Amino acid sequence: MVGEGLHKIERKGGAVTEPAWVRSLLIAIALGFLALFLVLPLAAVFTQALEKGWEAYLAALKEPDTISAIRLTLITAAVCVPLNLFFGIVAAWAIAKFSFPGKSFLITLIDLPFSVSPVVSGLIYVLIFGLQGWLGPWLQEHDIKIIFAAPGIILATIFVTFPFIARELIPLMESQGREEEEAALTLGANGLQTFFRVTFPNIKWGILYGVILCNARAMGEFGAVSVVSGHVRGATNTIPLQVEILYNEYSYAAAFAVASLLALLALVTLAVKTVSEWEMRQTIAAAETER
Amino acid sequence: MSIEIEAVSKSFGTFAALKDVSLKVPSGELVALLGPSGSGKTSLLRIIAGLESPDSGRILFDGEEATRRQVQERQVGFVFQHYALFRHMTVFDNIAFGLTVKPRKSRPGKQEIRDRVHNLLKLIQLENLADRYPAQLSGGQRQRVALARALAVEPQVLLLDEPFGALDAKVRLELRRWLRRLHDEIHVTSVFVTHDQEEALEVADRIVVMNGGRIEQQGTPSEVYDRPATPFVYDFLGSVNLFHGRVHEGTAQMAGFRVSSPENASAHDAPAVGYVRSHDIAIERDNAGSGGIKAEVRYLLSVGAMVRADLALNDGDRSIEAELPREEAERLKLKVGDHVYARPRKMRVFVEDYQI
Repeated sequence: MVGEGLHKIERKGGAVTEPAWVRSLLIAIALGFLALFLVLPLAAVFTQALEKGWEAYLAALKEPDTISAIRLTLITAAVCVPLNLFFGIVAAWAIAKFSFPGKSFLITLIDLPFSVSPVVSGLIYVLIFGLQGWLGPWLQEHDIKIIFAAPGIILATIFVTFPFIARELIPLMESQGREEEEAALTLGANGLQTFFRVTFPNIKWGILYGVILCNARAMGEFGAVSVVSGHVRGATNTIPLQVEILYNEYSYAAAFAVASLLALLALVTLAVKTVSEWEMRQTIAAAETER
Repeated sequence: MSIEIEAVSKSFGTFAALKDVSLKVPSGELVALLGPSGSGKTSLLRIIAGLESPDSGRILFDGEEATRRQVQERQVGFVFQHYALFRHMTVFDNIAFGLTVKPRKSRPGKQEIRDRVHNLLKLIQLENLADRYPAQLSGGQRQRVALARALAVEPQVLLLDEPFGALDAKVRLELRRWLRRLHDEIHVTSVFVTHDQEEALEVADRIVVMNGGRIEQQGTPSEVYDRPATPFVYDFLGSVNLFHGRVHEGTAQMAGFRVSSPENASAHDAPAVGYVRSHDIAIERDNAGSGGIKAEVRYLLSVGAMVRADLALNDGDRSIEAELPREEAERLKLKVGDHVYARPRKMRVFVEDYQI
């Protein structure tokens, strides 16, 4: 059965197909590389985390500073993801369905956070809202805390995660064109009905994919958050920052226990991503066969 | 509902899609906008639908200003070339869509929606496919669903953008005859865009021939076909042969023969082009009636009931195409290489435009 399949592939590929041993070698190298650099560290995280047993693992997670870090991380993601979801859909809608002057500039702008180092993203906010920054004195006068507090962390995270959803949706929406929306309008649907009944069902897998990536990054962001957080224990530390602190204090088991939360998040992300990517390919393929 | 288009212009960037177009579509008629791609026909259709807005000019529905009316308020049914069915909805839900998005006050009840959709499914002969998704249908079926979806909201006007453009020849033929019968039943004012002259001639009550953002001619199919108003219409509708010559006070002198051309009575020795349709060229063995041009049969091609003959004119450097019934060709015993006389039965002479 397997031999038959291989045979078929070989015939189909014709002259460009490499000999079997070359293919096996290439696959082995790729798998070996993945095992060494991705799977092994992931496994190490969990073994280290559980080294001192379940009790110690759970105790490390129940530590008040850690719980506060988890809470802050969840709050940050809970604010960032919906906001970026809204901005992402609006931006993708504008770019994919309308033509207007400055469109390519907008696309470049959306990509900006990808090209800027996260540390710089954090510094931008310190520069604007910090005590020595432009708005710092005014903010201090009115007793509003942004830098070294949750708002700064949220702002920096929004900046860093901004492109994820928009970038996912733009090619998807462009591939689908405008005709279905136009058909809905001629049938009497208003803007909201058109969005929720026609546009949204066509892009929902893309949205889920974008949200998952955005969420993973929002929870895992280190650089930008590190600059604006101030590392106040039990107050302005997120999970990645808490991991760093624990690690620097040589409490390895606790550090890895907290890190395992992020690793788990990564695994869930990977699973959802695989499913939604598959669904999205189906949608795009369907869009293309209809053209 | 009647549609009036008054002096509408529309540009996309530097491209002028419509230049000062005026048109009246009487209530209940089926009108074809016919023209090559880029002639502005689709832009005009989209402006009527409200999917584009004109740069200048007005649109009137039943004599009422509708230029600024929103798409949703225009009560038009629009059928897209690529169907634009909602891919995530079943055939039933696609057709029901227009009814289910109505404001609660005017929305029909569930049972009524179901009945209406089933009547439409019966009309398009797809009753057993209500639960299928668009991807599971053939092109012709999809287009019929698109039509039913547009009809579900009982539009005042039905607009169809190249409705059969993406279908294969046989389905196309069936579907356009079906559309004609459907229109005879429901009499909704309809405008459809096509680049296929045969389709326009067969289906439409009136044809509007468009070119370069302007209307070249409008009229019934026979008017447009038999009495083309401009060289463009002649060229575009049916295959045509060109003769060059000069026209002087109502008589055209072409290479090898002369014809009278009363519509050019005021011309003074002007360069002219004569247009003759392939089926208006008679082939004869002898030059009894005179006015024939000596020609040699170069190719013969049987197309169904007709025979197409490629004739090399006596000067040798030009050829014309004649189309004659098969019996006629058999009676003449036409063979490749025969020497015959070609006589234009009907020729339309246009004084040549110096702009070209």
